[in-house]
Amino acid sequence: MHELSIAASIVEQATEHCRRAGGTRVTTIRLRIGRLAGIHPAALRFGFDLVAADTPLADATLAIVDVPVRVWCPACSAEVELPGLQRFACPGCGLPTGEIRAGRELEIESLTLEGHGQPAQEPVR
Amino acid sequence: MSIPRILEVRTSILKRNDAVARDLRRDFTRHGVLVVNMVSSPGTGKTAFLLETLLLLRRRGATVAAVVGDLETDNDARRLAASGAPVRQINTHGLCHLEADMIRTHVADWDLAGLDYLFIENVGNLVCPTSWDLGESLRLALLSVTEGEDKPLKYPALFNTADVAALTKLDLAAACGFDAPLARANIAAVRPGMPLVETSARTGAGLDAWLDLLTARRHRLLTPARE
Repeated sequence: MHELSIAASIVEQATEHCRRAGGTRVTTIRLRIGRLAGIHPAALRFGFDLVAADTPLADATLAIVDVPVRVWCPACSAEVELPGLQRFACPGCGLPTGEIRAGRELEIESLTLEGHGQPAQEPVR
Repeated sequence: MSIPRILEVRTSILKRNDAVARDLRRDFTRHGVLVVNMVSSPGTGKTAFLLETLLLLRRRGATVAAVVGDLETDNDARRLAASGAPVRQINTHGLCHLEADMIRTHVADWDLAGLDYLFIENVGNLVCPTSWDLGESLRLALLSVTEGEDKPLKYPALFNTADVAALTKLDLAAACGFDAPLARANIAAVRPGMPLVETSARTGAGLDAWLDLLTARRHRLLTPARE
């Protein structure tokens, strides 16, 4: 259940971004989760609800963008999407390839904020 | 009434862990320490494999140390201490994986300059350790013949992040009806080109090949390719 650790990192970082931007509440948080990130979305939602309580993210909608795995096929000179995770090979020509271009993402993409307080002066790192 | 606004963040969720791991890797590399993060399911034989590795490396004249993650006990650390190498136990108290900060805390007072190899035995789990960089230069995924040949297909994310795979308990292969070619094909399917060592900690089979691989990787660490 490492999703609880992931949820705690998300809430901690988002709370900080919200505060620095002068927001009072986060209504939506948008994540990009690659299929190779080893995250179970339902477990992440469960963990998020637990750790978001009593923070500006309580009741925030967790929008999860599912990022498929894309690999580079040197034979086709193209970036191609894998239909599954059981075979790292070009779906077009069959050449095995481990050169991953997308699918490991574990990112906070954006926050939708409420509140029109003055943004904090220091820049967000 | 306030108007909702969208704040673009675009940041890694594990930013803090990644930063600690980056610092650790820099320190380890600077001191010439090859760090191996060992991941597998519980019961694969990580500890037996590591104990033999520590003994053989010491016999070859290398200085070695180990950090062992475990949910509750220090059984593994006590077993590994028999090698004569310094061993530290990390009790995660229920946490299913190790994080970079735990490694930093547990190696803080070790003299890295006097160390050639550091092994991190992760918590036995084929899912959770995947995303946590521990500052290692080599991630080793272990698979025992008793687990079945299809583990790599069931846990592709973890095997895909590994640099080397090891088959363990090879001495039990016949008793289990283990299909070695199928296991090799499954590992190659989820991580094309990954080196594989086929070992038995009990008989010593394959351990020389594993040690040669470690030695070569450490040599590469000490002599980085010129740009």
